[in-house]
Amino acid sequence: MRIAVCIKQVPDTEARLRVRGDARWIEEEDLPFKINESDEYALEEALTLAEATGGEVIVFSLGPERVKEALRKALALGAARAVHLSDAAFDGGDALATGKALATALAQEEIDLVLTGSQSDDVGYAGTGSVVAGHLGWPHAWLVMGVELEGDGASAKVIREMESGMNEIFRVELPAVLEIQAGINHPRYASLKGIMQAKKKPIEAKSAADLGLDASAVGAAGSRLEIVSVAFPESGEGAELIDAPPEEAAKLLVEKLQKEARVL
Amino acid sequence: MADTVWIVLQQRDGALHRMSREAIAAGRRLAEATGAKAEAVLLGSGIGELAQQVAGFGLAAVHVADAPVLADYTPGAYVGALAPAIRDAAPAYVVFPHTYQTVDYFARLAQETGAALLPEVTDFESGDGGLLWHRPILGAKLQSKVKVKGDGTVLVSVQSGAFSADETGSGSAAVGELSTDLAAVTADREILEVQEVAGEAVDLSKSEIIVAVGRGVGGKDKMGPVEELAKALGADIGASRPVIDSDWLPRDRQIGSSGQTVAPKLYIALAISGAIQHTVGMKGSQTVVAVNKDPNAPIFALADYGVIADIHEFVPAFTEAVKEAKGS
Repeated sequence: MRIAVCIKQVPDTEARLRVRGDARWIEEEDLPFKINESDEYALEEALTLAEATGGEVIVFSLGPERVKEALRKALALGAARAVHLSDAAFDGGDALATGKALATALAQEEIDLVLTGSQSDDVGYAGTGSVVAGHLGWPHAWLVMGVELEGDGASAKVIREMESGMNEIFRVELPAVLEIQAGINHPRYASLKGIMQAKKKPIEAKSAADLGLDASAVGAAGSRLEIVSVAFPESGEGAELIDAPPEEAAKLLVEKLQKEARVL
Repeated sequence: MADTVWIVLQQRDGALHRMSREAIAAGRRLAEATGAKAEAVLLGSGIGELAQQVAGFGLAAVHVADAPVLADYTPGAYVGALAPAIRDAAPAYVVFPHTYQTVDYFARLAQETGAALLPEVTDFESGDGGLLWHRPILGAKLQSKVKVKGDGTVLVSVQSGAFSADETGSGSAAVGELSTDLAAVTADREILEVQEVAGEAVDLSKSEIIVAVGRGVGGKDKMGPVEELAKALGADIGASRPVIDSDWLPRDRQIGSSGQTVAPKLYIALAISGAIQHTVGMKGSQTVVAVNKDPNAPIFALADYGVIADIHEFVPAFTEAVKEAKGS
């Protein structure tokens, strides 16, 4: 089975974030980036399914030059090759524009199943995978917590997370796009051997022109959404901050919980 | 009809999802701000009674698609029923509650209809050249303001708790059939079963005090001091999702949208950043304490008391202070 995985490289939100000078996005200089969390789980799921079926994994990512680092990591983890949607025209796309570009690149390959994460940790539109499925005319499922192939890959039994601790189990025909939820598996670590092998694996760059797409149909130009400004939430409201060394702060907090809040 | 706002309500077994009322409130406000009519859309099977109930809210019309193929939700059937109706009526906005069900199909609906896709908004305001929409980004550490470019329908989902479920208004709307071809609608999933995830061995919904940990606790082997604090307080231990996904605590300890909903007297959030997926499960708590080393962590916005500190330094001191206070 040939499985494609779409991954996104996102800022490490544990890092200290700063608003960019024009206030339209965060400052990306010196910011650490990593593979989006749910995409890491999607990659692991794809590698496991490929191993079980004697297939291979092709990893796709859209973004600037730095994205190669994420693709190289996916190759080190076991993907066979990578496709990098690399073109300034792709930048700043919403879920519809990015989904269209990815679907066009995927359609140039023979693919039996597409996996991706359920939501990006940066803009969080949570719709790119579904849009890809729409363009390909395949079924999809979002927030997938289990995948079991049936009938030699003709269909899959899928577990989808619902609210309030419930799961729904259903069958979809393949090929399909499955948008994986974090926690479905335990992502592996790259081995030294894998890292060495990854250096020899191909990363193929594709521009908008390579995909036969007009630059105005993708990226920011092809998007209906435009981020006008970003900001840290206003403080002032919210917590009363107890600013003191740990022991002193602890005593003050206990006192407030007893006397003000009366919950201790 | 550029002068129409549709609100697609989510129901199960003839009962509205709690966030459907919030979506009505959002849709009514949006209609008011744009000089449009607010109309509800309801999909399901055997939902005539629910449609009458919805007609009692402050809406201009209720459009119903009632067919056996819509009895169980599937994205194929929902997109199949809604897409022709949206193309036909061309409402300016279609508002959805931002539920797991909505997210499962509404991006596909946007792709199918050529509508814009605007997920998870918390508010909107009037700006130069149209509305500015607020939505959280980067794990809710920042807020973004977004505008929609171009013409045509906009599909927008509203985040849980962003609009008041009390502002549904009242009236007597006409109930009619949604203009679509239900005979052409097919399901794209064969539903097999719905099951509980973990059997909920631990019920945190009755807990008086909860000590909850986030990813920043750093590992299963780092839980000792947290357990001691919980013991000193007589508290139960809960966690945000990353802790559960890392197997540091069992799944029945998870608090949030895919875990339990709790409302203790005292909620102590240790190294929890405060992403919406977690806070929807605990914001009913009476008093919230947040301890986090990141001063920009969104949890501080909803906490009553905040301590900016490394939990590994603060928790042992807190435990001692609690023991001392209780001993005296």
